[in-house]
Amino acid sequence: MKRADDFAQRRQHIANLTDEELYNRFWELTSQVVDPLLELGRKNTTPSVERAVLLRMGVSSLDTQKIVEGCMDRGLMGHGAGHVVYKLSKARNISIREASELLAKGEGWDEVTAMFKGGK
Amino acid sequence: MADIKLQPNEKLDVRNILKDLDQYKPRRKGWTWRKHVDDLHMGPFEYHDCSEPLKNSVGLPPAKYFGDIDPQPDAVITTEIASGRFEDDIRRMRMAAWHGADHIMVIRHMGQSHIDGLMEGTPQGIGGVPITRKQVRAQRKALDIIEDEVGRPINYHSYVSGVAGPDVAVMFAEEGINGAHQDPQYNVLYRDINCVRSFVDACESKKVLAWADILQIDGAHNANATAREAWKVMPELIVQHAINALFSEKVGIKPENISLSTVPPTATPAPSVYMDLPYAVALRDICDRYKMRAQQNTKYICSSAREATVTHVLNMLISKLTRADIQSTITPDEGRNVPWHIYNIEACDNAKQTLVGLDGLMEMVELKKDGPLRDKAREIKERACLFMEEIVEVGGYFQAVQEGFFVDSAEYPERNGDGIARKIEGGIGYGYIFEREDDYMAPVTAHFGYNNVEQYGGDPADPAALIGGCTFEDRDKIVFIDELDEEDCVDRRFEKVAKYLDGEAIKPEMEWCADGTIMITMCIPTHVRAAEATALEIGNKLGLEDPEVISKEVLQDAEGTRIEMKGKVTFDVDPNNLEIPPEPHHLDDDTLFKEFSEHPMQVVCGTVGEDEHSVGLREIINIKHGGIEKWGIKVEYLGTSVPVEKLVDAAVELNADAILASTIISHDNVHYKNMKRINELAIEKGIRDKVIIAAGGTQVVPEEARNTGIDEGFGRDSHGIDVATFLAEEAMRRRGDL
Repeated sequence: MKRADDFAQRRQHIANLTDEELYNRFWELTSQVVDPLLELGRKNTTPSVERAVLLRMGVSSLDTQKIVEGCMDRGLMGHGAGHVVYKLSKARNISIREASELLAKGEGWDEVTAMFKGGK
Repeated sequence: MADIKLQPNEKLDVRNILKDLDQYKPRRKGWTWRKHVDDLHMGPFEYHDCSEPLKNSVGLPPAKYFGDIDPQPDAVITTEIASGRFEDDIRRMRMAAWHGADHIMVIRHMGQSHIDGLMEGTPQGIGGVPITRKQVRAQRKALDIIEDEVGRPINYHSYVSGVAGPDVAVMFAEEGINGAHQDPQYNVLYRDINCVRSFVDACESKKVLAWADILQIDGAHNANATAREAWKVMPELIVQHAINALFSEKVGIKPENISLSTVPPTATPAPSVYMDLPYAVALRDICDRYKMRAQQNTKYICSSAREATVTHVLNMLISKLTRADIQSTITPDEGRNVPWHIYNIEACDNAKQTLVGLDGLMEMVELKKDGPLRDKAREIKERACLFMEEIVEVGGYFQAVQEGFFVDSAEYPERNGDGIARKIEGGIGYGYIFEREDDYMAPVTAHFGYNNVEQYGGDPADPAALIGGCTFEDRDKIVFIDELDEEDCVDRRFEKVAKYLDGEAIKPEMEWCADGTIMITMCIPTHVRAAEATALEIGNKLGLEDPEVISKEVLQDAEGTRIEMKGKVTFDVDPNNLEIPPEPHHLDDDTLFKEFSEHPMQVVCGTVGEDEHSVGLREIINIKHGGIEKWGIKVEYLGTSVPVEKLVDAAVELNADAILASTIISHDNVHYKNMKRINELAIEKGIRDKVIIAAGGTQVVPEEARNTGIDEGFGRDSHGIDVATFLAEEAMRRRGDL
């Protein structure tokens, strides 16, 4: 978009605001801009968010992407990649680390996929 | 954990840092500010804006006149160090810390922002350092040791951006990183990473930064560096700062850990303070809750280090007139891409010198409350407010990005239609956003957003309890990966430079151990094109490898060009074969003042023989040149071409304690003959026991002089302090006090 400088007209409604009123208006508008962005973060996840979850669970950085890819391939991302590892570790009564290593090797996927698709 | 203790005169051996690195635990988390001291007294002075001094440091060059004081300003001082080899950067970090840096920022390897996941090991980087757990851990461990040495906590900093932002944030939190860049707008505008993806990732990253108490710096200043005319994006800069800052605060970062990266938009020959100061005031008015990290303008930086330094200083004047909690020091070589050790140090010194030089300024001056400063600041704030208004009007941030609102070259609300536009449905990482299901769950600490741990009986306030704590509670769960590539790793690089690390050989160094790089500054008396070619020819004839001109400045089109050229020397120097002359022996000021106050000394002096040279002797005696008068010695100067008899007679007449003869002409050894004659005359006149006799001149060899019977000789490069020290010690010896 090209537009000539219309500052003089555009500012009419804020020209008489005190500095404090201008400050408050600016931050009120900023809130309106950022609030929907936070909402997106609350409702969604991404491969990097899930890798970061796996890392905190004690999964090797060499395995995190493999597990996330496995989740994406099987439509499991919405449950959480950490959740997938957690579920396998519970089902087999093995550690988180062991479960993650199995999944990274491509094992155990049918089992966890079935657990999620079949409800809890 | 820092069981290695450094000795100031010993090199830091990075090979030791890497030992048992897998066992290392960071000693703290979070950011540290300097501790302000009210009315700090150092040497003869009192300071108003300074912080706790260091235990070990290198002061500014004139510090020697003020008792070697090294006052440290209140602002944290940043330096960016990332040569591509983290191991060599560690030694540079130590040098920077000694010069006052307490915020060390590591730039990432080119292309790292597009890698899915963490990099591991210690590969060599391009344009920065590959940020890996091993590299980060080694540098943090080294900084623990260095901060113990200088006596002030050092903040370590890198970047949380790209498509692996949250992964990196987690690793930083685990490894005790203290500061990080995090700004999703940077990903969107400059890395073309999908905007939705960037903000979803940023929520997680910021939540992790908040947990780790990491100070966050934003990326708004990049608009300044990218826009065609940087001063026209001032309203947008405020908008970008505000979006990231409030977004971060709402995720959970405390305002005092949110720092805006602000850059004065212009550089001289623009009337820069007149333009930049209102902007700085407007930004600080609007963003008063947040910290300010001031960086110098880089958009207009050229290859002259001198020019860059003045820009830096003018920018710091603005920091001082407004507020800067962190003062960045872009190395003055940014414009010619020679990120060398010496320039980090120069930049730190520039900051320290300027901020200390301006100490207490605001107790004496204040910014006017009306007039052009406030009018212009208000205008910028209104333009920023209108910009934010229009973002809301068009439907929010993503729509505004898509419509090219940002980095447009016109000053808002004028638009040139050349902004950076990014599609909501496009960019890297597009299509990789997944809606969380009802049973979405992540059993970890500092996770942002919906998290159904209740389904397993978990506590929403402590999701990680489901797995007995995550790595944030139990570091033993962290998987430390050493190396992935046996060739591209630090051990192989160490092997290649072992003899230098072991002190068996020395080569000059600008970035990397034994890189051999040197710089030569020359005035070539011809026009710029010929001067460059001449310089390269000189480089070749000197035997330099890869000579390259890095800076050219016209002195006058025909008369001359100032050239700076780099190149590599190909030979080693063997430190065992160096002839290092003994350090000169000097008494300190206090001892000299005391000696000549308690035992007054009268000296007669002159240039003897048929000799009209006067400069050398005047340098030795004149208080203005640091001569012996300074310490209270009484001097009777007889002039030039003084017959030796006259000199000795004057000594008798004045009952002098010492005779100083200057003798420059050395033809037929006349200088030594004169000394011999002075000695004989003093004996004849019966004053030799009382009077100290010394002589000096450019051709005088001290030993030869003593052989003539006088007490001491002074050759080339002698100074007043040498003579004063000798006179004091000789007097003490004769009294039996030494």
